Amino acid sequence: MPFFDAIRLALNTIRTQKLKSAFTLLGVCIGVMFLISVVSIVEGMGRYMEEDLIGKLISVNTFELRHRPNINMGDIDEATWEEYRKRPRLDITDVAPATANLPADTRWYLYSEDMVMASSSTSGKPRQVRGLAVQGAFFDIKKMGVTRGRLLSEQELDRGEKSVVIGIDAAERLFPNLDPIGRELKMGGVPYRVVGLAESQGKVMGMSFDNFVIASFRSPARRLLNSRPNIVDAVVIQSPNVPAMTENMELVRAAMRGQRQLRPAQKDNFSLQTADSALEFWNKIKGYLVLAGVALPAIGLVVGAIVIMNIMLVAVAERTREIGIRKALGAKRRDILLQFLIEASTLGTLGSAIGVALGIGLAQLIAAVSPLPASVAPWSIVVGVALGAGVGIISGVYPASRASRLDPIMALRQE
Amino acid sequence: MSTLADIGLSTTGERLAVTASNGAAPGQDWVIVTRQLKREYDMGGEIVRALRGVDLAIRRNEYVAIMGPSGSGKSTLMNLIGCLDTPNEGEYWLNGMLVSEMSDDALARVRNKEIGFVFQTFNLLPRASALQNVELPLVYAGVSADERKKRATEALERVQLGQRIHHRPNELSGGQRQRVAIARALVNRPSILLADEPTGNLDSTTSEEIMKVFEELARQGQTVVMVTHEPDIAAHARRVVVLRDGVIASDEQREKFIERVGLTHSAH
Repeated sequence: MPFFDAIRLALNTIRTQKLKSAFTLLGVCIGVMFLISVVSIVEGMGRYMEEDLIGKLISVNTFELRHRPNINMGDIDEATWEEYRKRPRLDITDVAPATANLPADTRWYLYSEDMVMASSSTSGKPRQVRGLAVQGAFFDIKKMGVTRGRLLSEQELDRGEKSVVIGIDAAERLFPNLDPIGRELKMGGVPYRVVGLAESQGKVMGMSFDNFVIASFRSPARRLLNSRPNIVDAVVIQSPNVPAMTENMELVRAAMRGQRQLRPAQKDNFSLQTADSALEFWNKIKGYLVLAGVALPAIGLVVGAIVIMNIMLVAVAERTREIGIRKALGAKRRDILLQFLIEASTLGTLGSAIGVALGIGLAQLIAAVSPLPASVAPWSIVVGVALGAGVGIISGVYPASRASRLDPIMALRQE
Repeated sequence: MSTLADIGLSTTGERLAVTASNGAAPGQDWVIVTRQLKREYDMGGEIVRALRGVDLAIRRNEYVAIMGPSGSGKSTLMNLIGCLDTPNEGEYWLNGMLVSEMSDDALARVRNKEIGFVFQTFNLLPRASALQNVELPLVYAGVSADERKKRATEALERVQLGQRIHHRPNELSGGQRQRVAIARALVNRPSILLADEPTGNLDSTTSEEIMKVFEELARQGQTVVMVTHEPDIAAHARRVVVLRDGVIASDEQREKFIERVGLTHSAH
């Protein structure tokens, strides 16, 4: 039987059994609908997080004290830039007053960072690395450990010892194929001893986070990072929970306003932001959401597949006589197989097409009535429809092959 | 015209018996030739010998009724003639082809091209119109949609249903349904029209009407094989073969059959 006739026959059968077909479609339809809407919302939230104000949706327990925000939050006009530019930099002498009133359960660290040139006896020419000068609970808050050697101790940090912890990429550049522990590297002509090799911090879009050298803020390294040695890029404060963080932000704000001798009418000339860590946090939960966005529809599709298979088995049983008639009139096994396979895959495709439409609708509805944004990803439409067709074919194989193997005499005898 | 001896069969009194060896293809004016056709079924460990060696030869343009009580093997014979089943032993030549040795798909092709079925229960697809039902064999023959429609309409006109081609089976009377089935059987111009109790579900007036259609088709040169258990229906055929216990009990011309069973034809 020609392929086109088979499709027309399938559509005919589906049309004449509207209710049954509708129920059959439901499983695939719901699966695809969830796929489209969940993926759309995850996509939309991703864009929102990346393009819009990050701190609004998700609060995390860490905030930063800076002289101005270090990530671009929406459009910033000329006047704001001008104001940012006029702000005094955060000075090392600001840190003690700013953190003085924080409760004991709150940890913090300060840091400055920039790209610096580092060299060693084995590196040949100087290599560019990300230099960090830190003080406080840096390793605790960053949850950074070492694979070799040790971390910088509190005393080392406080006394400004010339010891460093380096990342694996920096180690590879400076000490190729060598154990870096105990070796010496130079930054700005000053020698530092490597005491630890940090765990890999991973990669994002091919960009390595492991090309760094961490030194004490009290060491001469900080001179390489800012125009004036006492400038601190940021103080990072971690609170045990969100309410504490909010309170602590206010404590720091009050302390800083006092330190800067601001009158009540004056605006803050410093920034408190949670954005950086919020983004990190967001990336983490986005992973879970995408997983859920795939797992939930997957369950729907499995249910859809079972429903289609069941209905097709019922259809084969119900239409045994029809199969007998068709066979008597010259239908080959292949013709019957094709008929039921196409019927099943047409059901699957139809279901997923409706699911795509409903999914887009649902995503838009959620976007309209809730703060969640939605953005339909074109790939999810293609994947949705393809999945539906695939589910139809897979679940149609067994019933179709059963139908094609029916004995025409037995089939014709069926009432 | 070739004689019975040409095809390995000879006349012994009223019935045909095999006298020549198997394997010889019959002459082309023989549509059906069976030699020692045997069919057994395994019914839960018990072997039922439905056909015990049937020798039957039917010429082109013949109108033959196959009769017999239930259990005589006539349904089995009809399934074999209709290529719905294959024999355990023996040969079946249909239109010069040895179909007893064919694969499932080859048999499907033979059913499509050579055989036009008419069933007791009509066996029309309930959700399809008369036209679509009649088109069905042409679909499996790979005929184009336009050609299908043309030929199916012609076939329906041939059985006086030209006005009802878009009706569904449930909108038609029993006689009209059977006419649709006849149109479907004829649409692919088969070698034989094979009818299984074609009047079994019809009242006597409608039965006569259908028999008239058969008569007309036979007159036009269509080979017709009709399986029935009713002697007065069988008496419409020009030749009547009676099966009993899986073998042919008699094979005679209509007049002789009527005389022997004492029918006054047309009486019910």
